[in-house]
Amino acid sequence: MLSIKDLKVDIEDKAILQGISLDIKPGEVHAIMGPNGSGKSTLANVLSGREEYEVTGGDVSFLGEDLLELEVDERAQAGIFMAFQYPVEIPGVTTATFLKSAVNAVREARGLEELKPVEMLRLIRQKADMLGIDHKFLQRSLNEGFSGGEKKRNEMLQMALLEPKLAILDETDSGLDIDALKIVSDAVNQLRQADRSFIVVTHYQRLLNYIVPDYVHVLYNGRIVKSGDKNLALELEEKGYDWIKEEVAAGIPSL
Amino acid sequence: MSDSMQTLEAHTRSDYKYGFTSDIDTETLPKGLNEDIVRAISAKKGEPEFLLEWRLKAFKYWQELVEPTWPNVDYPPIDYQDIIYYAAPKKKPKYESLDEVDPELLDTFNKLGIPLDEQKVLAGVAVDAVIDSVSVKTTFKEKLSELGIIFCSFSEAVKDHPELIKKYLGTVVPIQDNFFAALNSAVFSDGSFVYIPKGVRCPMELSTYFRINAANTGQFERTLIVAEEGSYVSYLEGCTAPMRDENQLHAAVVEIIALDDAEVKYSTVQNWYPGDKDGKGGIYNFVTKRGLCAGKNSKISWTQVETGSAITWKYPSCVLKGDNSVGEFYSVAVTNNKQQADTGTKMIHLGKNTRSTIVSKGISAGYSHNSYRGLVKIGKKAENAHNFSVCDSLLMGDKCGAHTFPYLEVDNNTAKVEHEATTSKIGEDQLFYCMQRGLSEEDAINMIVNGYCKEVFNELPMEFAVEAQKLLAITLEGSVG
Repeated sequence: MLSIKDLKVDIEDKAILQGISLDIKPGEVHAIMGPNGSGKSTLANVLSGREEYEVTGGDVSFLGEDLLELEVDERAQAGIFMAFQYPVEIPGVTTATFLKSAVNAVREARGLEELKPVEMLRLIRQKADMLGIDHKFLQRSLNEGFSGGEKKRNEMLQMALLEPKLAILDETDSGLDIDALKIVSDAVNQLRQADRSFIVVTHYQRLLNYIVPDYVHVLYNGRIVKSGDKNLALELEEKGYDWIKEEVAAGIPSL
Repeated sequence: MSDSMQTLEAHTRSDYKYGFTSDIDTETLPKGLNEDIVRAISAKKGEPEFLLEWRLKAFKYWQELVEPTWPNVDYPPIDYQDIIYYAAPKKKPKYESLDEVDPELLDTFNKLGIPLDEQKVLAGVAVDAVIDSVSVKTTFKEKLSELGIIFCSFSEAVKDHPELIKKYLGTVVPIQDNFFAALNSAVFSDGSFVYIPKGVRCPMELSTYFRINAANTGQFERTLIVAEEGSYVSYLEGCTAPMRDENQLHAAVVEIIALDDAEVKYSTVQNWYPGDKDGKGGIYNFVTKRGLCAGKNSKISWTQVETGSAITWKYPSCVLKGDNSVGEFYSVAVTNNKQQADTGTKMIHLGKNTRSTIVSKGISAGYSHNSYRGLVKIGKKAENAHNFSVCDSLLMGDKCGAHTFPYLEVDNNTAKVEHEATTSKIGEDQLFYCMQRGLSEEDAINMIVNGYCKEVFNELPMEFAVEAQKLLAITLEGSVG
């Protein structure tokens, strides 16, 4: 599904990612963990096509295509979805209007017909019900005045509607209380399926109690310094990141 | 400059869609302005003596005035002797059905996407179409006259209802008001007149399409709307103009009078030729629009969507004289390329418990400059007056400018005046977010801008709101073939 080879990325001439390689197969959930400033969010943003990042080396192929050659909207249409850490507000545009436009844009790019308004409404309501989202929410301006939990739930609703092949969750758990965290995790778990993969970027292990990953990678100083299964996350929870930093400093090769 | 900035600029550099001229015979007076021209205009229109006197007084006064220079706009000096002050389509008289109308004129309307016949049937809108200076076709007049509503060209009103013209003309915008109002008063050629009798609620939107057509013809429209006690009317004004190389001066005057418990809603969609990418050509739109809430509980509401003109200079205002009267101003002003706009409103609170609302949304793109200038004045006797103002500016790209000049004069300490102002760039974060959901850059910009303008669009009648959205898309994006 996604193959990253020796990816190097700069921001304003500063090297942030210094050679990342990662293979993700259909249906897998990969957690990317690491201390602040390790490059986790950079990886998420580069994959979704944000501009201010400069790729200085490496390849990324997604479903056989050179991902780095695609524009942001083309990546989305091809099936990459990013759940934002800080979803933006768009005043004056209702959530329903936004969802409708996004779904139809993606459908058009995928060679499907636009949904009729009635069908669209039915679809949006059905997904909203699935995620326990109040329909009133749909008539409010996109993310404007939403609580942190509501914004993240809105991200999940968009994910459910756009049916991505690869969903990237960029610190979706940040700023959420335990109830909101459960709601978001439930949404992800409902959307897990054999042909859909996830990259879960997180600083904390607690999210991974709910979204159980197949693999856990530790990013430090722009490199993946350790990979393992869900137990690695538990180990990090218990011991913190310092032992990994020490291992890196001592030159112990990663697993 | 980032890639998305470049794309933004490419999107905002589109050609004027309505740039064409129609070839209708016109009868014109020679260039220049003097007393004889003023007399000739009045004579051509067969005006009564009082109106000629009024024009001459205005002309005399205008000669003593100097063109103002305070607005935040820049243009070469206007040679007022190099302008033709009167042009009328030759085809007369009036027609009973559309079949009799000059087919080229109908074609012009078709190109604009506003065919008269379609509007008659579908929209139920009575249209007083002003091509250049003389009104050519008025529809729905009979239906309106059953209710006692007068909706006609200004010239007709002068002939048929001179007493109303005499009573109200110049009572809101006197000839001494300003340089351009004085000029207009001296040479106005035509315009629209609306009279809604006591207690009548006008059952349809009244609309006028203005169109500057003959080369080098200054347009000096005069509109007068009188709403008697307890009446209501919604009036729409919309316009596009053909592409021209030379600047065309437009100095219109609109006067509105609302008596006790009357309400007037005045909506404008303005799309005159803004000049080319270098700012060459384009209309100078120097307009005086003012409403007088003369009676208690009266209400006047201005809604404008300004996308055109090389220079826009106008401040639709409300004088809130009647107790409990309400003034509103909702505006979207878009400037692109080298366009300049200095626009806003004046809310003059004179009566008790008067309220006003100002919502101004400026959008600047290209190399344009967009200024909001607004005055809120609370008079000594205006107990418990309340004003709420929001002035937002949106910048597209990094070569344009937005400016805000709010003026406040409060002479009564019971007044409550609130002002909010924001300036934002069309966010790269917003664009990225929308595009990450699969929207094209163009659709994303469109959506964000429409959302930004929504408060104002909500005030427009439905069909006008749709037109305004289209205009905005055309003005800001490369959707023109």
